[in-house]
Amino acid sequence: MSTKKQLRIALKNCGVIDPENIEEYIARDGYMAIANILTEMTPEDVIEELKKSGLRGRGGGGFPTGLKLEFARKNKGKKKYIICNADEGDPGAFMDRSILEGDPHSILEAMVICGYAVGAGNGYIYIRAEYPLAIERLKIAIKQAYKYGLLGKNILGSGFSFDIELKYGAGAFVCGEETALINSIEGNRGEPHFKPPYPAEKGLWDMPTTVNNVETLANVPAIFNMGAEKFASIGTKTSKGTKVFALAGNVNNVGLVEVPMGTTLREIVFDIGGGITGGKGFKAVQTGGPSGGCIPVQFLDVPIDYESLREIGSMMGSGGMIIMDEDTCMVDIAKYYLEFTTDESCGKCTACRIGNKRLFEMLEKITEGKGTEEDLVKLKELGEIIKDTSLCGLGQSAPNPVLSTMKYFYNEYEAHVRDKICPAGICSSLTKFEINKDKCIGCTLCAKACPAACISGKVREPHEIDQDKCIKCGACYKACKFDAITKS
Amino acid sequence: MCENKFAEEKFRELDGFIEKVGASEGNLIEILHKAQDLFGYLPKEVQLYVSRSLGISAAKVNGVVTFYSYFTEIPKGKHVISVCMGTACFVRGASDILVALEKKLGIKTGQTTKDGKFTIDSLRCVGACGLAPVVIADGKVHGRVEVDDLDNILVELESGVR
Repeated sequence: MSTKKQLRIALKNCGVIDPENIEEYIARDGYMAIANILTEMTPEDVIEELKKSGLRGRGGGGFPTGLKLEFARKNKGKKKYIICNADEGDPGAFMDRSILEGDPHSILEAMVICGYAVGAGNGYIYIRAEYPLAIERLKIAIKQAYKYGLLGKNILGSGFSFDIELKYGAGAFVCGEETALINSIEGNRGEPHFKPPYPAEKGLWDMPTTVNNVETLANVPAIFNMGAEKFASIGTKTSKGTKVFALAGNVNNVGLVEVPMGTTLREIVFDIGGGITGGKGFKAVQTGGPSGGCIPVQFLDVPIDYESLREIGSMMGSGGMIIMDEDTCMVDIAKYYLEFTTDESCGKCTACRIGNKRLFEMLEKITEGKGTEEDLVKLKELGEIIKDTSLCGLGQSAPNPVLSTMKYFYNEYEAHVRDKICPAGICSSLTKFEINKDKCIGCTLCAKACPAACISGKVREPHEIDQDKCIKCGACYKACKFDAITKS
Repeated sequence: MCENKFAEEKFRELDGFIEKVGASEGNLIEILHKAQDLFGYLPKEVQLYVSRSLGISAAKVNGVVTFYSYFTEIPKGKHVISVCMGTACFVRGASDILVALEKKLGIKTGQTTKDGKFTIDSLRCVGACGLAPVVIADGKVHGRVEVDDLDNILVELESGVR
């Protein structure tokens, strides 16, 4: 992957140091920020510095981190808590896993800094059970940090004490939402509740709590080491610093990229990602996971930040970036995301529980070739109602994949309902396989591959598909070596 | 009889774990993780046992068990094959692989073959998107899987060679 145009702040140690050795982290300025802070800065100074840096939440919301800490500092409580949200649930995003596996100490250091800033003595890392290696590395890191006096009582002789404990998720996407996450740590079903009260006021066990995402935290020690001003000089007017994206899908170079905010999609997909696999055409890039939207080709040159992505109907989300080529059916993609959100909806509020189910059913109908134009009107109307009336971020953003694909790829929806065809040839009910008589040499490969035995023809003579029997599995299409079978 | 004794041992180990982490409601999920590790799944008796040990209602325990997809009340097969259905895998043809696997084993996702050998599961992104599409067979990650690779994976599982 091209390192040109990339700038590593959150990932600076990943792959460079041995994550199981605290000394290697220390050798790269590790725990220097917390040492300086504990000896020279007041909690207010820390918050001020973070506000000056312009750092915003990297988990998707984009809330200013400094402000979040300030609210928790001002609210009174017998105890206060810092939570690291490592419940990376967005399919296609894996930067948090990489940071936890490659640089776990940076997260611990950042949590101590946040704890000092708000006056909290306890921290929890809420991590998915699906990430066993990250859990292992964190356990090792925590043990080492205690041994070196960088966690526990009286850190570096400053009088400040801070403990960190791991808490495990159990497979619920909605637990990435902070109020649901807090419920889960308390041992409950991970259902969200209405905000306000925000966690900064009434969070874990009703005490002031700050919840920060892994990537956000990975930036914190770096900000103190480089200075808030320098950090704020990177990026756009409203979004400072860098963002890690997880490039995946139909792109040549898959993996993590860290770029300054304001980099364009074209630079990420083509200059860094090396373009589309198999020399195919670019169709869309999906950002923001199941909460985001699909961005079509005309926006490839938009500089990416929190605001610009929202304007074009998507969102930053946690940074998953799935590239889709011309063979992707956008209705199918919308259906895929809706299936995900319907499955992961916690069921607490009606709009999300039932509304998304209905959206999914309509999409299913459309991909089966049974949709009507009226369905398209209903789809949009219902999508907007769900957005307006759901309780938490999951429901409020669940219709985004549908609404954004309808906005930019309406012709594909129309083709499915009006002409009963799937332009990309993905929706099997709408696909038709045919043999081009001029190209077919009668090699019989297709007939042998056909599981429904519906291809007939003599050897060295053009074959034919019995459309009534065809189950549209595509086996013949893959078997043909002469491009004689067309998919429409 | 022999099986009962086996179960007793597991309950004893669970007791030890509860004592270690503390019998509080806040540790419920962690305790259920341990219980599932020990028993392979969470049958009613185990849920009741946990609720009594922690002094909370069985309804509450069952509510938590059924909420999280990681917990299962049905025993799984000897070998679990999970197909990742995260977006990156999906775009690279994971659904074809899932369908082919279902056909091969004659069961649907979430089900176990009659002989108790195989269970098919679908997963939500394991964060190995660079290797898409991904199949995880008994914890071993297979990357860039094609439909034709499935036979080998199944044979490998059965023979126990890893």
